[in-house]
Amino acid sequence: MSERTDLLLSIADDELILGWRNSEWTGIAPFLEEDVAFSSIAQNEIGHARALYDLAAAELGTTADELAFDRKPEEYRSAPLVELRRLEWARTIARHWLYETADEIRLAALKASDDAEIASLAAKMDREEAYHRMHAEMWVDRLLSTNEGRSRLEEAVDELWPYALGVLDDALRPELRARIQERLGRALPDVEPVPRGVHEAELSELWEEMTSVRRSAPASARW
Amino acid sequence: MVTVDEVWDALAEIPDPEIPVISLVDLGVVKGVEVENGTVRVDFTPTFMGCPALEVMRSAMEEKISALGAVADVTARLDDSWSTDDITAEGREKLRVAGFAPPTPRPATGTIDLVQLQRGFRCPYCSSTSTRLENLFGPTPCRSIRYCEDCRQPFEQFKTI
Repeated sequence: MSERTDLLLSIADDELILGWRNSEWTGIAPFLEEDVAFSSIAQNEIGHARALYDLAAAELGTTADELAFDRKPEEYRSAPLVELRRLEWARTIARHWLYETADEIRLAALKASDDAEIASLAAKMDREEAYHRMHAEMWVDRLLSTNEGRSRLEEAVDELWPYALGVLDDALRPELRARIQERLGRALPDVEPVPRGVHEAELSELWEEMTSVRRSAPASARW
Repeated sequence: MVTVDEVWDALAEIPDPEIPVISLVDLGVVKGVEVENGTVRVDFTPTFMGCPALEVMRSAMEEKISALGAVADVTARLDDSWSTDDITAEGREKLRVAGFAPPTPRPATGTIDLVQLQRGFRCPYCSSTSTRLENLFGPTPCRSIRYCEDCRQPFEQFKTI
């Protein structure tokens, strides 16, 4: 598999799995506006995954659906950050903010890529992701405005920090650190990133659920 | 033999699957039409990438082209060639009349920010600019929700991308 395909699959898997996690708030978010927001963000992320899988599929001679649903859990390249099942609001917001910030840094690098197809797709994704970032930043503002909010957000960021670093390659990590530290107004610990390729147990549970309909149908089924 | 103009006219009759007041041509998603030996090639772009209407748009275009007696070859592009700036002036007016505030022009930086979104967008019902952002997200990926302080009406804003 080429480096290009590997890169496309890493990002596509991040977006698919996080999209799935975000969709878990549909119907049960703390209030209706957030129900709508997380459902919409989930839809965008899965749309991005589909486009990235399409590009990878063209190279691999397969289809986006096969890449999304017919691989085994250990074959996914997602970062463990997106695999965690954290149905608790402060952690959800912390993960959302950390991921969207990391994703912005990654997309900026891809937009400058010599690969015109990847650069163009990254530019389109980035214009949609801008809304996810605004949403995350509004929540960070809200949480940082009270003592309880700040302590809950900081606790969640500390817990997720090694995972957040694992979303990016070495070269891009310092920028993520700088941005998060600046926003929180404090230093974050030097920790070992949780790398891509090692999966959380929660991924298998997610995979079971995500692929259950497809696995229940014969391979010849048309959707 | 079908002509390029006839194809454009036929595509202009297809309503957007989610906001049917506006056509696919008004929306600016049709990027090119070519006719060659009875085959009509159409190039189009998704609006928002997670929009489930993509396949509905494709099959609606294929049906229109078949009805003109030609073979349809409809391709969706995966690039950055569509933005809300491509919605035609007529399309923007149709949105407004239907109660959707049309998208603002894309900023020079390319991506919109909160400062821009917190400005006074005009209410499509009473034209007041005393409106506020209620939710960045709405019933479909392309819409935000705003509220008019004057006529006390919530309304949908087409997002700028």
